[in-house]
Amino acid sequence: MLHDKYAIITGCAQGIGKSILDIFAKNGATIFANDIVHGSLDEYSCLLEQKYGTKVYPMYFDVSKKDEVREAFINIFSISKQIDILVNNAGISIDSLLPFVTQDMFNKVFETNVFGVINMMQYASKAMIKNKYGSIINISSIIGIHGNYGQLVYSSSKAAVIGLTKSTAKELSNFNIRVNAIAPGFIDTPMTQKLSSSIKENYLKNIKMHRFGDTEEVAKCALFLASNLSSYVSGSVLGVDGCMSI
Amino acid sequence: MENELKLKKLFAEAFGVDESIIVDELTYKSIEQWDSLAHMILITLIEEAFNIMIETEDVIDMSSFLKAKEILKKYKVEF
Repeated sequence: MLHDKYAIITGCAQGIGKSILDIFAKNGATIFANDIVHGSLDEYSCLLEQKYGTKVYPMYFDVSKKDEVREAFINIFSISKQIDILVNNAGISIDSLLPFVTQDMFNKVFETNVFGVINMMQYASKAMIKNKYGSIINISSIIGIHGNYGQLVYSSSKAAVIGLTKSTAKELSNFNIRVNAIAPGFIDTPMTQKLSSSIKENYLKNIKMHRFGDTEEVAKCALFLASNLSSYVSGSVLGVDGCMSI
Repeated sequence: MENELKLKKLFAEAFGVDESIIVDELTYKSIEQWDSLAHMILITLIEEAFNIMIETEDVIDMSSFLKAKEILKKYKVEF
C-alpha cells in the first residue's frame, strides 16, 4: 500500500510508534525512523529490512531541538528529496494536579508534543509542497479532546496538536497535502503498563468495548491516513478508543 | 548577476508573473500573487535551485526581492 512512498516516523522505538514503523515497512514504504534514544532502532531496523525487503534508516534526534531537526532533514534530503508521509508520534507526559503545575512542566511537554510537531512539519512540508503531495499524521490523544484528572499539562499539549492539525490542514490543502490527527484512547503500551491495576480497572469501566486497545490498531489507522485510501480525508481527528468516555 | 537572474526567474515562477515585475522594491503582499502560499512555493524553489535549506527565521524575513538577495548571501549565494 505504501510502495514508492518515503515516510518519516518519530518516536519509533516502542509502543504506538514501533507498530506504525512495522506496518509501514510491511506495506513497502522506505522509512526514516526516529527516536531520541541512540541505538534503540538499529537492530529492529535491520530486522524489518530483512523481513519486508524495504529500507529503514534509523535517525536519532530530539524533535524539540530545532538544530537537531534541521541536521536530520539535511541528512534525509541528501538521501531523498521526496517525503510523502510524516507521522509525528514522539511525545512525553508530565502529570500533575493544578496546584502543583509549573511553567517548567509546560515548557518541557510543549517543547516535544507541540513545538516538536511544528518543527517536523515545517521541514517535511517543504518537500511535500515541492512534490504537491503528502500526508501528515499527528498523534494526539483522547485526553486532548476530553481532558483528564491530573493531566492538565498533557491534555493541553494534545489539544494543541488537534488545533495545529486543523489549521495546517487548511493551509496545506492547496498543495495536495493532507493533515490529520489520531486520538488514541487507552492503548496497551510500555507507558500505560506502568499504571496500577486499580487505575486500569477504572479506565476499563469507561470503555464500551471492554478492553484496551492494541498499538497495532492505532497503526492500522495511521496506515489508512498515510495511504491513498484516505485521499479525501484532511483536517480530521480519528478516534481509536473502543468507544471510550472520560 | 547570473544568480540575480536565476532568482528573478524563481520569483516569477512562484508568483506566475512576468520577470519584468521582479525588482528590488517588490515586497511581500505588494502584488496579489505574492501571498503566503506563493511564498511557501518560492522558498521551496529557491532551496531546490541553490541547494540550500533556509532557516525558518529567514523564511519570515524574506519580505522583498532585495531582502531575498541579502538573505541568500548568508547561504553563500553570490550576487
